[in-house]
Amino acid sequence: MPSNTSTRKGLFRLDFSSVQWGPGIVATLIGVFLLIVLVMPVAKVMYVAFQNPDTGALTINNFIDFFNAALFRESFANSFYVASMSVIFATIIAMPLAYFTTRFNFAGSTLIQTLGMIPLIMPPFVGAVAMQLFFGGNGSVNLLLDDYFGFTVPFMEGLNGVILVQSVHFFPFILINLSASLNNIDRSMEEAALNLGSSGMRLFRRIVFPLAMPGYIAGASLVFLKVFDDLGTPLLLNVNNMLAPQAYLRITSVGISDPIGYVISVILVLFSLFSMWVSFLAMKGKDYATAQKGGGGLLRRDLKPWEKFGCYAVITIILLFVLAPHTALGLLSISTVWSYSPLPDGYTLDHYSEVFATANQYITNTLLYAGLAGLIDIILGTAIAYIVWRTKIWGRKALDLVAMGALAIPGVVIGIGYLRMFYDINLPFSDVPMATWWGIMVIALAVRRLPYALRACVAALQQVSLSLEEAAESLGASKWSTIKRVVVPLMTGGILAGFVTSFATAAVELSATIMLVAKEGDAPLAYGIYVFMQSAAGRGPGAALGIIAVVIVGLGTYASHVIIERTKKANGLK
Amino acid sequence: MFNNLSNKTVKCLAISSLALAVASVSQTAAAAEQTLTIVTSFPSDLTKVFKAEFEKLHPDVKLEVLKKKTSAGIKYISETAANNKIDLFWASAPDAFEVLKDGGLLQKYSVKVNGIPAKVGSFPIHDPEGYYKGFAAAGYGIMWNTRYTKAKKLPAPTNWSDLEKPVYFNHVGMSAPSRSGTTHLTVETILQADGWGNGWGSLKRMAGNFKSVTERSFGVPDGVNSGNFGVGIVIDFFGLSSQGAGFPVEFIYPPATALVPANIGIVNNAPNSQMAGEFIEFLLSDHGQELLLNPKIRRLPVNPDTYAKAPEGFPNPFQDSSLQSSLHFDLKLSKNRYNLVNSLFDVMITYRMDDLRAATKAIHAAQKALSETPNVEAAALVKQARTLVAALPITEADANNPDISAVFTKKRKKATDKVTGRQAEVEAKWDAFVVANYEQAKDLAEQALSKM
Repeated sequence: MPSNTSTRKGLFRLDFSSVQWGPGIVATLIGVFLLIVLVMPVAKVMYVAFQNPDTGALTINNFIDFFNAALFRESFANSFYVASMSVIFATIIAMPLAYFTTRFNFAGSTLIQTLGMIPLIMPPFVGAVAMQLFFGGNGSVNLLLDDYFGFTVPFMEGLNGVILVQSVHFFPFILINLSASLNNIDRSMEEAALNLGSSGMRLFRRIVFPLAMPGYIAGASLVFLKVFDDLGTPLLLNVNNMLAPQAYLRITSVGISDPIGYVISVILVLFSLFSMWVSFLAMKGKDYATAQKGGGGLLRRDLKPWEKFGCYAVITIILLFVLAPHTALGLLSISTVWSYSPLPDGYTLDHYSEVFATANQYITNTLLYAGLAGLIDIILGTAIAYIVWRTKIWGRKALDLVAMGALAIPGVVIGIGYLRMFYDINLPFSDVPMATWWGIMVIALAVRRLPYALRACVAALQQVSLSLEEAAESLGASKWSTIKRVVVPLMTGGILAGFVTSFATAAVELSATIMLVAKEGDAPLAYGIYVFMQSAAGRGPGAALGIIAVVIVGLGTYASHVIIERTKKANGLK
Repeated sequence: MFNNLSNKTVKCLAISSLALAVASVSQTAAAAEQTLTIVTSFPSDLTKVFKAEFEKLHPDVKLEVLKKKTSAGIKYISETAANNKIDLFWASAPDAFEVLKDGGLLQKYSVKVNGIPAKVGSFPIHDPEGYYKGFAAAGYGIMWNTRYTKAKKLPAPTNWSDLEKPVYFNHVGMSAPSRSGTTHLTVETILQADGWGNGWGSLKRMAGNFKSVTERSFGVPDGVNSGNFGVGIVIDFFGLSSQGAGFPVEFIYPPATALVPANIGIVNNAPNSQMAGEFIEFLLSDHGQELLLNPKIRRLPVNPDTYAKAPEGFPNPFQDSSLQSSLHFDLKLSKNRYNLVNSLFDVMITYRMDDLRAATKAIHAAQKALSETPNVEAAALVKQARTLVAALPITEADANNPDISAVFTKKRKKATDKVTGRQAEVEAKWDAFVVANYEQAKDLAEQALSKM
């Protein structure tokens, strides 16, 4: 089978520029939207980074201070080191899971894919407690090791601890994007390679993995950026000498109005954009698109019994390891007291009954907010991906970068920015400030999680060949119906991957929403967990709520996988 | 655009989100009579008790309780001040209220209830200027996990100075004063009781034993309850309520503790300020004070009469001599250098924990060897190392000088206000000083050890 990899990009774009007004309008609308919900609110908070605290005049002195401080230089180096190492470890975890489940005929691959998503959902506060109880210096694992072998392993100490926890936490980004990409590879490529005598590792190294590169880069860059910008894990492990926790600690100090926290945020944003640009360069000039879409995905091979056993063993070990924190969380939610012992003292279901009395509201709110946010994200993500990679509209790259910039902005900055921006504006026909409306929380979540969906959509689009669009258009289809009937359907896998990551992570977001919750009735699950985790007696119920969040997101993910498999079958793609 | 993203998927999503949207809107539409909105950092265990009782007393009022971290609460109130919808701010740390007061975000209120004394310990219960009211007292102390101390063979601490001992190395946890207002008060109490130089000295010796400086104050009891670290410096109700929740922990007040009131204040331009006043009266009434004795709450009432109904062994700050601190707490001094102390603690301890820990470990090792084989030369080196660790980048006079501490509080009220120096600049200098000292102290202690 010949492969019809398109190389006529330049030509196509020339033709295309004459009909750019449609995407142009969409691009403008998205640009305005991002300006209002991201750039302006953030600028309203971060301008102090450029302000002389003494006089209020514009200055770059604060940035000079940043680079003059040994602590910040060290923090920068630490963040960079941790982010790079986490990408490597996350790849090691994600690669076998993605490859085995897409490459071989395998019972339960949907389940494995779903379980592989779970680590991304680490409910605030309780997740940290569960991790400590299990992997901490005096956690279950170390207590047992100490009892039986007389040594302990510092899983959660220092920078290496951060790397370990971050890789376990964020590897699903690679898993989900890489799987989507692998599923999108043209079978004929592999067949051609097989015909030419390539097989095994060589086939994977030279053909399969390179073709799945868009997905891998999407996932790996998300892991890098997210780890670089994440503050939850370093704070949990008490590693303060990294950039994101430095920014957070300084911004949220009581009563201090030091601009340096905002300076660090600006630097986080700039560095994130810089690394995005580097990953652009890595992808530039390479073409990953394939025109054959009939074959849908790699050849699925049946495994010999011993191979099957080996694969299951590897997968089981990985899953047991990455799901250990959630296992601990589950135990915590049914334990009476768990303190300095490998297992809880006793078990009870009381926490669940306490939680269910109040949690319905939280659950509905979370489903609504995270669902809407995910939906907004994939719509924006698809549109931006299309505008950036298929049109020549002026400033298209900027659109992508601005949307990605959200990744590096601490949630608390977005929260404060929204209060400044939307509190003085009332909702239409009422005297309720817009900032206290629950819809604002949805927008905050959508903005914060847009980068995830966007990367997934971009990866998906990169694998769609231009020649398919040309074909549709030369057969008389309009631009709009080409997008609707050709491009988007071919991107389905990636779009769904984007939805799942946005939805799952939005479901446990707290830092922006806690600023914006204006009524208890509007609060999402994460806020409920926070409320419980304020007192010693609230640990069990908090963990129970955490488990509920995990189950909800798990079910959502599973449902999406099932739907995708079904539609594939229904369309005869399998 | 999405019609074709596999019809089923989209429809499924759209329908479910639409259904949810409708459900949620109909819920919010339920009309309330009179609402009283409170922003608080207190846990549900506390707020739900008071909410239920207050609503029983005033059936036409609905209490809307918004929980936010203290720092988030302050930001929320100050950001929304132009169009304020909040009636009350209800939280522990008096300094959070000082920040709000300075920002003109609180309004005065005078209490009608009788029987509340002027002071608890050495701290005035109500704000002398009348902006916020104390409704419960709390004191700092030490809590520890008995399973942990047993397994690691640690003695039970009885005093702050115990925590400086080598036996507690890597077993202690505390929050940072910049993260938690109540922790700030503990630090300031130690500084005022022992003096600037000695106070920081003992704080740093203690900090050398820290396993972690937690990001929020509840992180400390949480760590002790889990057994992540064994001993924590906490406010009493964290210790008492952890015990109440069944964790194997003990709590004591060391001889020098400061009692601090937890407070409530009416937000400026409160939509319902009359009812807000009623809520304060309710908190301070006999009934409200009694609710504080609830095992899940366990805070010290500010009405001395309420203690008659307290369970056996409940601490009584108006009678127990151990809680009658002789220290005269200088509020003005504390307020003047508030941010400077926070920043100094972070620079010397929070951000340089690893360096401090390494120096402390080396000193402990050398000291242990010294106690076995005395050596004059080595003893001198160890002493020098200790002095280096305790050294401060700023003198007391400078710290108390408003011109210098202004670098940390600079909040220009008018465009014409001028402050000189930048916090980051000062901190970078301190940091260099501290890091070099810790490094050198470690070297000296190691030299001392090698001489033996």
